[in-house]
Amino acid sequence: MIIIDSKLCKGCDICIATCPKNVYSKSDKVNTKNVYLPFPEHEEGCTKCGLCELSCPDQAIYVEKEVE
Amino acid sequence: MVEKESPYKKYLREERLPHIFCPGCGNGTVMSTFFKGLEGTDIDFENVAMVSGIGCSSRIPGYAKCDSLHTTHGRALSFATGLKVGNPDLDVVVFTGDGDAASIGGNHLIHAARRNINLTVICINNNIYGMTGGQISPTSPKGSFGTTAPYGSRDMPFNLAELVSAAGASYVARWTTTHPLQLSKAIQKGLENDGFSFIEVVSQCPTYFGRKNKMKTPLQMFEWIKENSINKRRAEKMDEAELEGKIIVGEFANNPHAELTDNIKKLAEENSDKPLAIKSAFEELD
Repeated sequence: MIIIDSKLCKGCDICIATCPKNVYSKSDKVNTKNVYLPFPEHEEGCTKCGLCELSCPDQAIYVEKEVE
Repeated sequence: MVEKESPYKKYLREERLPHIFCPGCGNGTVMSTFFKGLEGTDIDFENVAMVSGIGCSSRIPGYAKCDSLHTTHGRALSFATGLKVGNPDLDVVVFTGDGDAASIGGNHLIHAARRNINLTVICINNNIYGMTGGQISPTSPKGSFGTTAPYGSRDMPFNLAELVSAAGASYVARWTTTHPLQLSKAIQKGLENDGFSFIEVVSQCPTYFGRKNKMKTPLQMFEWIKENSINKRRAEKMDEAELEGKIIVGEFANNPHAELTDNIKKLAEENSDKPLAIKSAFEELD
């Protein structure tokens, strides 16, 4: 499960460029700062590598990993 | 209970978020990769002291939940040297920018590297003075535009990683914000290394460097860095004409040698037959 914190996201789209599986795309929803938020469109393709979590400059992405 | 927020947010002062960096600025990425690198080592986050000078990148310690020191322009390394010699048990990390480290603090940088003092320096190189309005910095590529270079910069840029490895640093690496995993590994190695560790991070500045150089969005800058970076092993087989305008990434030096605070300790012990009175304000010595 991928959660994007709409309060922190500034809409730079680096998550869209970084994801090796092209999970993210731009939505037409805006947050309180009129930023177009990304959303995980193809979440079934996510391999939970955590690259978007690491690359996000605003610490806005959380990827839930399976806990054993 | 599982907290549904970024795993790197627990190291940050949440009341100060969202941070002041522009949308798409690489500083936030470097912050996350630093925390990932720190998680890989056995260093206690409570024992880390962050030092910074002036600049966009130097605001990072203000957001981290650890001891931090925000100092004068270019003198972050001098303050960090004092901090490390005064209390060698601390893990001192210096966050600095290209203008801060290479321009106004250039001499501090080469002498800290020459002495091989145990610091980890993370230099965020965005090729321009971002905070003051887009002036050309010593690392701006030849031909790039800025507020002070409306016809393009004519000067040769500094190659920071090679400069510092020539000055005698024991660990030097250069990565970009488009290589977050390699960068966090390099930061981990730098933190574990007993000596001067210098990690140069080529970062994007869409607001000033991008706008002046026809890369208005963070994505365009991100792609530009990604396309132009070449690994050092591959670059060694290429000639100079092919490498023009390219960013060579990789490990530039890894040769641990004698460290400054150890040398001071040994010198004091050899000459006085007593242990060095470090932290004497807190502990009673015989």
